[in-house]
Amino acid sequence: MASSSSAVQARRRPAGGAVVRQSLHQFRYDLSAFARNGQSRFFTLALPVIFLVIFASVFGGAGNDVKVTGGTIPASVFYVPGIITLGIIAASFVNLIISVTAQRESGVLKRRRATPVPASAIIAGRALTATVAALFITAVLLVIGWIFFKAHVPARTAPALAATVVIGTLSFCCMGFAVASLIKNEDAAQPITQSVMLPLYFISGVFIATSELPHWLLHVSDVFPVRHLAAALLVAYNPHTSGAGFAVSDLLIVVAWGAAGLIIALKRFSWVPLGR
Amino acid sequence: MGETTDPQVPEGTHTGADDLVIDVAELHMRYGSVEAVRGIDLHVRRGEIFAFLGPNGAGKTTTVEILEGYRKRSGGTVRVLGQDPQRAGPDWRARIGVVLQESEPEHDLTVAECLALYAGYYPAPRDVKETLALVDLSKRADAVASRLSGGQRRRLDVALALVGDPELLFLDEPTTGFDPSARRAAWDMIAGLRSLGVTVFLTTHFMDEAEHLADRLMVLAEGRIVAEGTPETIGGRERAAAEIRFSLPDGADADELPQEVRGALEDHDGGRVLLRAESPMSVLEPLFGWARARGCDLTDLDVRRPSLEDVYLALTAPRDEGA
Repeated sequence: MASSSSAVQARRRPAGGAVVRQSLHQFRYDLSAFARNGQSRFFTLALPVIFLVIFASVFGGAGNDVKVTGGTIPASVFYVPGIITLGIIAASFVNLIISVTAQRESGVLKRRRATPVPASAIIAGRALTATVAALFITAVLLVIGWIFFKAHVPARTAPALAATVVIGTLSFCCMGFAVASLIKNEDAAQPITQSVMLPLYFISGVFIATSELPHWLLHVSDVFPVRHLAAALLVAYNPHTSGAGFAVSDLLIVVAWGAAGLIIALKRFSWVPLGR
Repeated sequence: MGETTDPQVPEGTHTGADDLVIDVAELHMRYGSVEAVRGIDLHVRRGEIFAFLGPNGAGKTTTVEILEGYRKRSGGTVRVLGQDPQRAGPDWRARIGVVLQESEPEHDLTVAECLALYAGYYPAPRDVKETLALVDLSKRADAVASRLSGGQRRRLDVALALVGDPELLFLDEPTTGFDPSARRAAWDMIAGLRSLGVTVFLTTHFMDEAEHLADRLMVLAEGRIVAEGTPETIGGRERAAAEIRFSLPDGADADELPQEVRGALEDHDGGRVLLRAESPMSVLEPLFGWARARGCDLTDLDVRRPSLEDVYLALTAPRDEGA
C-alpha cells in the first residue's frame, strides 16, 4: 500500500463501495436475527395485524364514518393508514431501540468495535432491516384492508404512500438510535419506549381519528412526529385526496425529528455498555 | 530491558524493530483523582504467550482496553503492531483479535452464522469451518449461539476473535467461571494458538493458568508492575526457600533432630514440623540419616518450592501506604 496521504485517508475512511457491501452483509444477518426473534415477530408483525382487525371490526360498523379532508371514509378504511403508522414505528423505532440497547449492553457492539467493520455499515444494516420490516408490515396491512375492509390505495397516490413509508421508517430509525443512546439498561428499553408511544398513538390519529379529539390534545400531539406520520399516510391513502398525495409539511416535520435524532445519535452513540 | 533472546519467529513475519508486537512506556491512566495505572512499561514479542496478572482492581482491564483501542490513556506512549491504538484505523483492527471479559454471542444467530458475519468484517478472513475446528465447535455449527454452554460460548468468543486471522490476540480472563475440565480444554486450545504463530496477550487472575500457558508474565498491583519474568523465575521463585514438612515419629522430640535440621526449624506445633531451606539437600540428608537410624519412615514428608500462587500472593499483598 502506498504511503501517500490519500492512501492513509482511504484507510481511515473506507471507500463508499466497501461500506455498501458491508452494510448489505450486516443487513443479511440482522434480518435473519430479526425474523427469528419471537418478540420482534410478535410486536412488529403480529400486533399491528391484531390491532387493525380489532379496531376496524369494533369501530368500523356501517355508518361509522370518519371525517377526512375532502369528505368522509369508513372507520375501517381510516384504520389501515393509522395502524400502518404503528407498524412502521414498531419496526423502525421500538424494535430498533430494544435490539440496539440489548446489543450494546451485552457487549455485542463492543466486540464488533474491535473488528474493522465501519460504524456506518452497522448502522445502515440495522436501518435497512427496519425498512424491510416496515415495508413488509405495510404490505400485510394493505392486503388485509383490501380483502376484509375493501380499502385500497388509489394508484395515483401509491408512490406517495411508498415514499411516506420509507421516509417515516428512516426518520424513526434515526430517532430510535437517539433514544437507544439515552437508555442505560436493556430491561428498561421496552417499558420506556412503550409508555411513551402508547399515549402518543391515542392522541395522534392512530387509534382514534383526530377529528374526535379535543383541540388542546391535538396541540400536544402536533409537537410530536407520530401525528404527522399518521397524517401523511392518511393523505396518501385517502381516496378523496387530489394530486399526488404528498403531505409535504407533515413529512418535513417527521424528517426534522429524524434529523434531530440523527444529531443526538451521532453525538452520543456508544459501542460500549453504559449500564456497567 | 536488555532482552536479547530471540523467541521462535514464525516464518514470513517481520523481524527487527517489528519484533515487539506491544511496546508500552510510562503508561498512565487517571479517572478523575484516581490513578488506575501508574507508569507501566510493557514489551510483548511476536509469537509469545504473555500473561498479565493481577488482582481485581489492579488496573489490568484498563491497561488491556488501552491496548485494544477502547480507551484513551492519560499519558505515556503505546505502540501495538507499530501503531497507536487510540488513533489506529480499520486496517489495524484487521490485525488484532479481541476476546472480551464479558460479551454475549450475537443474538438469534447460529454459531456458523456468527462466524460468517464476523468473517465478512475482515479483508482476508480465515475459513469459517477451519476456525470452528480450531476451537472444537464444528459439531455445534448449527446451534443457536445463545444456547451454548458457558465453555462453548467462550470457545465461540475465541473463534470470533480468530476468524479475521489476527497476528495478535487479546484474551481477557478467558476461563473465569469454568469447571476444571472446561479449563483444561480451553488451555489446550490456547496453547494450540502458538502453532498458528499468533501472539497472545492473556489477562488472568489464575496462577495455574499463567504457569501452564505463559512464556512470560507480568504481575500488576495497584496500577504498578510488581514483578516480571518467566513462570519459573518470577519474584525470585527459583531461589526462594523450599518448605519441608513432616510429622515427628511417636515419642520423638524436636530437640532430638540433628543440628542442621534444627537450624532450619520454623515451627513444630503438635509434632508437625515445618522447615525452610534455601538448599534443601543440606537439611534433607541429615534428616534422612536421623530417620533411618530411628527406623522410621517419615511417611508424610512433603517438600515443595513456593507455588506461583504463593509468590503472587506475596507480590500483590496490599501494602500499607501513606498515600
